[in-house]
Amino acid sequence: MSQSITTKELARRVVNREDTWILDVRNTDEFDDWKIEGDSVHVINEPYFNLLDGVETLTEKISKDQEIIVVCAKGGSSQMVAELMEEAGFTNVYDLEGGMKAWSEHLEPVKIADLNGGGSLYQFARLGKGCLSYMAISENEATVIDANRMTDVYERFAEEKGVTIKHTIDTHLHADHISGGRQLAEHTGGTYHLPPKDAGDVTFDYKPLDEGNDITVGNTTIKVQPLYSPGHTIGSTSLIIDDQYLLTGDILFVKSIGRPDLAGKADDWVGDLRETLYSRYKALSDDLVVLPAHYSFVEELGEDGSVKARLGDLYQRNEGLQVDDEQAFRTMVTENLPPQPNEYENIRQTNMGKMNPEDEKQREMEIGPNRCAVHG
Amino acid sequence: MMEAAKVLDAKGMACPMPVVKTKKAMEEINSGDILEVHATDKGAKSDLTAWAKSGGHELVDQAEEDDVLKFWIKKA
Repeated sequence: MSQSITTKELARRVVNREDTWILDVRNTDEFDDWKIEGDSVHVINEPYFNLLDGVETLTEKISKDQEIIVVCAKGGSSQMVAELMEEAGFTNVYDLEGGMKAWSEHLEPVKIADLNGGGSLYQFARLGKGCLSYMAISENEATVIDANRMTDVYERFAEEKGVTIKHTIDTHLHADHISGGRQLAEHTGGTYHLPPKDAGDVTFDYKPLDEGNDITVGNTTIKVQPLYSPGHTIGSTSLIIDDQYLLTGDILFVKSIGRPDLAGKADDWVGDLRETLYSRYKALSDDLVVLPAHYSFVEELGEDGSVKARLGDLYQRNEGLQVDDEQAFRTMVTENLPPQPNEYENIRQTNMGKMNPEDEKQREMEIGPNRCAVHG
Repeated sequence: MMEAAKVLDAKGMACPMPVVKTKKAMEEINSGDILEVHATDKGAKSDLTAWAKSGGHELVDQAEEDDVLKFWIKKA
């Protein structure tokens, strides 16, 4: 029997930049669309169906005593290939439990900071998809921002910390992943906040996330301050936490900026995006630490696995913030749009409550990269 | 409907079995014959297509009926 490795162990390796060799045995189209990435990750693709008659051809790429992790879509083929490799004399083969499906659902929490009055702020990186979500903790309460579909992860984490999730907030109506915000609030008896301008068509009750209506975590210790910042969606709202951290949602990332077209409104919303990035954010303190809802490149992960940057630094080096000419900005944003995320329209409908797909269908809808950014 | 030399029932099987069984069944038919495959694993669609292509076989037709994916593959 071959040995297995869990997504948790693999995530630690990616974050710690340990040299890792992966043999991805999915078919090449799927591999090209989406794969495991990391500074220290080397990936080889060879579809499993090319290995059924023998795995000897792999020795051209992998030596027999080299450590290799075999990965497939759900874990079945990788286990078969790992066993074939062991029979052929490869001595250090692992298969990834649950495959890319499990990888896309793994959340890795990293502590970002201690907050005022003994509070703390955590970032949950979904390494397989590049989504970032957050939990702010103070006294015996927690607020979760941009929660992913795997709500049990946040619930378990809150339980370990001995806190109750009182609020869940989405910075905008997501189009790349299914939000866990509403479900998480239902489970914990909390309140789900959503920007009202993104919630015109939703089928459920929510609390409007409006500038001026601060949310507190704990008695009064941590302030979560909404800041209207449209452009990715018409309702996109940033959050300033504890006067130090700027949660930008999908408006501003570390190496790129948000895209305005996921509701088919690129031309309408590009002006809002410009206004938010070049005026509203610019009026804020340079010392705010930007915490986005996504990252696109593994280089964006810091030494500790977190994704963050000082706002003032981003005005120096993020290419999306260096375009002085408004027309040039408009052209860059509307003409440089990457392919839209898989199933983004169905994901929006689900997040509005208009569709209620089964768990398995929800998983399938989310397969693939997030593609929420415009790269300058 | 085209005439299949053999019908493979791979319903309920998870990846990699539909492709493994298809490959085996292909070995049992003659060049130019058609194998009909029934599967329920969603991944079978792209994998069987890619597998057929890499082996030089021709995916003559495919259909989906009541959640069952059907493929007709002509042996090279």
